[in-house]
Amino acid sequence: MSADIAVEIHDLTVVYHRKPVLWDVDVSVPEGRLVGIVGPNGAGKSTLIKAALGLVPLVSGQVWFYGRPLRESRHLVGYVPQREAIDWDFPVTVMDVVLMGTYGRLGWVRRPGKAERKLAEDCLRAVGMEQFADRQIRQLSGGQQQRVFLARALAQQAKIYFLDEPFVGVDAATERAIVTLLQQLREEGKTVLVVHHDLQTVREYFDFVILLNMRLIAAGETAQVFTPENLRKAYGGRLTLLTEVAEAVHRGGIP
Amino acid sequence: MSYVTVLVLLTTMLLGATSGLLGCFAVLRGRALLGDVLAHAALPGICLAFLLVRERHLGALLGGAIVAGLFAILVLGLLRRFVRTKEDAALGIVLTVFFGLGIVLLSVIQRLPAGGERAGLSHYLFGQAAAVSQADLFLISGVGVVAGLTVFLLYKELLVVSFDPGFAGVQGWPVAAVDLLLFSLIAVVTMIGLPVVGVVLMAALLIIPPAAARFWTDRLGQMLVLAAAFGALAGAAGTIFSAGFLSPGRTGSHAGLPTGPMIILTGTVIFLASMLCAPQKGLLWRAVRLIGLRVRTAEEHLLRELYECIEAGLPDAAPVAIVTLKERLRWSGAGLWTVIGLAAMRGFVRAEDGQLRLTPKGFEKARQVVRAHRLWELFLIEQAGIAPDHVHRDADQMEHLLRPEVVTELEEKLQTARRMAEDAKKLPASPH
Repeated sequence: MSADIAVEIHDLTVVYHRKPVLWDVDVSVPEGRLVGIVGPNGAGKSTLIKAALGLVPLVSGQVWFYGRPLRESRHLVGYVPQREAIDWDFPVTVMDVVLMGTYGRLGWVRRPGKAERKLAEDCLRAVGMEQFADRQIRQLSGGQQQRVFLARALAQQAKIYFLDEPFVGVDAATERAIVTLLQQLREEGKTVLVVHHDLQTVREYFDFVILLNMRLIAAGETAQVFTPENLRKAYGGRLTLLTEVAEAVHRGGIP
Repeated sequence: MSYVTVLVLLTTMLLGATSGLLGCFAVLRGRALLGDVLAHAALPGICLAFLLVRERHLGALLGGAIVAGLFAILVLGLLRRFVRTKEDAALGIVLTVFFGLGIVLLSVIQRLPAGGERAGLSHYLFGQAAAVSQADLFLISGVGVVAGLTVFLLYKELLVVSFDPGFAGVQGWPVAAVDLLLFSLIAVVTMIGLPVVGVVLMAALLIIPPAAARFWTDRLGQMLVLAAAFGALAGAAGTIFSAGFLSPGRTGSHAGLPTGPMIILTGTVIFLASMLCAPQKGLLWRAVRLIGLRVRTAEEHLLRELYECIEAGLPDAAPVAIVTLKERLRWSGAGLWTVIGLAAMRGFVRAEDGQLRLTPKGFEKARQVVRAHRLWELFLIEQAGIAPDHVHRDADQMEHLLRPEVVTELEEKLQTARRMAEDAKKLPASPH
C-alpha cells in the first residue's frame, strides 16, 4: 500500500436498526489534502467519519490510516465532534477541554503536566482563544466554542483531522478563521476531512471532495468531482435542492 | 457519645461522602435516576437471597441486591432497544415493577413461621441506621477507599469519558469499560446504603450533594471534593439530629426521628443554602448584583440629569433645585432622596438648602455618563437606523452596560463616519 495515502476506506458498510446507512464505500484520500465530505441530509456524511474512527459498528469494511488499522494509529488521528454532541453545562473550563487533546499520549493514570499545559496554551493561541482559558464552556459564543474544540484537536498533534460539521452555529468570522487554520494544517502536510453541507463554499474551501449519498457518488479532485452531473446524482430527485445545486455550479463557474 | 452512636455516625458520613463523590458522575451523565432504579430493584433481590439462605447474612443479601439491580439495568436496556420505550417511561416501569415485587416478597417473609420478623428486612424500606454493625462500617470504609482511589487515579479518564465519549473513543479509551467500572461502584454504594437510609431515599444521597456542589464551582475536581464533603456533612448532621438531638439515653433504636429521612432533609438544607448563597449562580448573589446594577443605573441617571441642567451655563456650574430634578426625572420623592443619599456618600454630589451640586469628582463622572449616552444615541441613529425620537430610551437601557473599550470602539466607528468632532475628548451635542 502506498505510503502517501493518508486514509484508505475499503468496502465500508454501516447499518442502523437494520437499515443501511452506508453501502460499499471505497475511498482513498492522499496525504496533504483538505477534503470536503458532501451530500444531502441523511447521506451518511457523519456516519462515514464515525465509522472510520470506530465510533459506530461496521457491518463490513476496513479502514487504514497510512496503511495501518485504527488501533495502531490512534495517535495519528484528531477529531472534532458535532456541537450537539456536547453537554455545555459540564463543569469544565476551556483549558480542561484543550488538555483532553493530550490525554491520548499520556496513557493511563498520568495527568497532564507543564509540557501539556504549554502545548494547550499554544493551541488556544492558534485559534485566538488564549484569554478565555479559565472560562466555563457555556460562557462562550457558538463560534468560540467551536474554536476551543478545534484547539483540542490541534493538541492531539495528529496527522489526519476529522471535523464533523464545524461550521454549524458559527459566525462568519469564525468560519473564515477555521478555514484559514485548516488550510494552514494542509500546508504543514496534514490531511483534513470535513463534513460539510454548504454547497456554495465547497469549491472555495476544499481541494478534494467525497460526494456521498448512502453510496459513494464520486471522490477526487474538486474540479473533477464537483460537477453538475455528479451533484445531480447525489441530490437527484430532491427538487428543492436542485436549484441550490444549479446555483452552486453556476457560482463555481463550471461549464 | 456511645459506641453505637460513633459507629452510626462514621457509617453515615462515609456513605454520604462516597455516594456524593460517585453521584457527581451519575448526575453529570444525566443518569441521576439510575441510582433510584438500582435501589428499588434491589429489594426483591434482597428478599430472594434471604429466602434462599434463611438468615440475615450480609454478603448474601448484598449479592442478591446487586444481581437484582444489574438485572433491572439489563431489562431497562432491552426495553429501550427492542420496544423503543422512552427513557423516562422505561425507568418508571422497571423501578415500580421491581419495587412492587419486593414489597410482595417482603410480606411473604414477614409471615414466615421461622420468625421472618427478626430478619429486619423491613429496615430496607426506610432505613434503620441504628441497626448498622461493625461489618457494615468496614464494608463502607473499604468501598469508600476503592471509590476515592479510583476517582483520584482515573480522574482524567473519567473526565474525558463523561464529557465527550465520542472523543474519548477516538483516543482509544475503553469507554464502555470505564462506564461499567463507574456504574458498578455506584451500584455497590447504593446497595450498602440501603439498610442505612432505605430503598426509597437512597437515590437522594447520590443526587443532592452533587447538585448542591454544582452551584459553587465550574470545575469537576472542586465539584467532586465539595460533593463528598456535603455528603459527609449531611450524613453526620442527619445522624446527630435523628439521635434524639443528642439527648442522653435516647440514642440507638429508640431515637426520636428516623435517620435516613433526617440525612436527606439535612442534605436538602445544604442544597437550598447552596442555591441561595453560592457566588455567581446563587439566587441571593444574583439578586444583590441586580440591585447593585439598578442602583448604579439610577445614580448615573441622576448625574446625567444634573449635568444636562447645568450644561448650558458651563463653565459656571450653578446648583440645581431638587424640585426641578424631581420633575425632570419623574421619580418618587423617596426614590430620589435615596439615590441622592447614595451619590452623596460616594462623593459625587453635595446637597444644600434643597439644591444639588456636582462635586469635581461627580462632574467628571457625569461627563463620562453623558458622553456614553450620546455616543450610543448617535450610533443607534447612524448605524442602526433608529429614529431620533426613539433612541433616548434605547440608549438609556444600554449606556450603563457600556464598558470603556466599547465606548472607545463607538468613538472610532462614529469618527470614521465623520459624525464626531476630531477631538475625541469633546462631548457630542445631544442629537435630539
